[in-house]
Amino acid sequence: MPGARFKPGERVKVLKAFPPGHIRTPYYIRGHVGEIERLCGAFPNPEELAQMRNGLPAQPLYRVRFRQKDVWPDYSGNPADVLEVEIFQHWLEKA
Amino acid sequence: MKEDQGTYRPLSYFQLMEVTLRELLVEKGVLTQQQVDSEVQAMRERTPERGARVVARAWADAAFKRELLENGSKACEAMGIQVPGLHLVAVENTPQVHNVIVCTLCSCYPRMLLGIPPDWYKSLNYRSRMVREPRAVLAEFGLAIAPQTQIRVHDSSADMRYMVLPMRPAGTEGWSEKRLAELVHRDCMIGVAVPKGPRD
Repeated sequence: MPGARFKPGERVKVLKAFPPGHIRTPYYIRGHVGEIERLCGAFPNPEELAQMRNGLPAQPLYRVRFRQKDVWPDYSGNPADVLEVEIFQHWLEKA
Repeated sequence: MKEDQGTYRPLSYFQLMEVTLRELLVEKGVLTQQQVDSEVQAMRERTPERGARVVARAWADAAFKRELLENGSKACEAMGIQVPGLHLVAVENTPQVHNVIVCTLCSCYPRMLLGIPPDWYKSLNYRSRMVREPRAVLAEFGLAIAPQTQIRVHDSSADMRYMVLPMRPAGTEGWSEKRLAELVHRDCMIGVAVPKGPRD
């Protein structure tokens, strides 16, 4: 897909940013490092849609896989347990 | 249709807002009452039985299962279940992996396939704890996941919607899709339960 900067398996870090407005990047995952699970496609930017704009050009959306242990250091389940979250490309950087 | 026989209660703030907005939209000709009614009707007709049919087909037909895991929405439409606007991702349970769905930001749910979400799915308790301590929350649902099984929690945070494809229970070899579908309940497709077969 044109404009997609990351490939499945690549390590990425979620920006630790706190801009105002309607953000679909959950608070708890900001600043954490995970791995691209898949590219979901391109979707209008929800931060723009919430401002009554068209959200175009559509932004690449990924599913990113995080190890529970990395997100919650006191996690007591299986160390292999994971969390998968959908994150737009503009919230990700290479880890 | 049987009328609601419940006792009278004054409308809550949000109920009152809904009635006011709906009546205004109808009064101003933006919508007709008939359009509102038919949308409500359509919403009521979407029940978890639709999802159960998809699961049963995937159990019975390996080629369909591959298609479902590859492109969930396309697979549903191929079996005649229309899911307009739904970007479905089906995630498969195996002896090594258990999947469970949550939406921490609001209550995103594959309504086209599973109907209206249960109240607990929208509760702050479920939404905040499922990503933090999934094993404890699943245990409260009566589901013990073996320590060696990997749990994958899917936070439905943007445009995709998720459905768990549970494992086919033992002892159901040769069953028809219709009979298999009867084993599949809503909670199995959210991942907080697993289907029970004749040997469970």
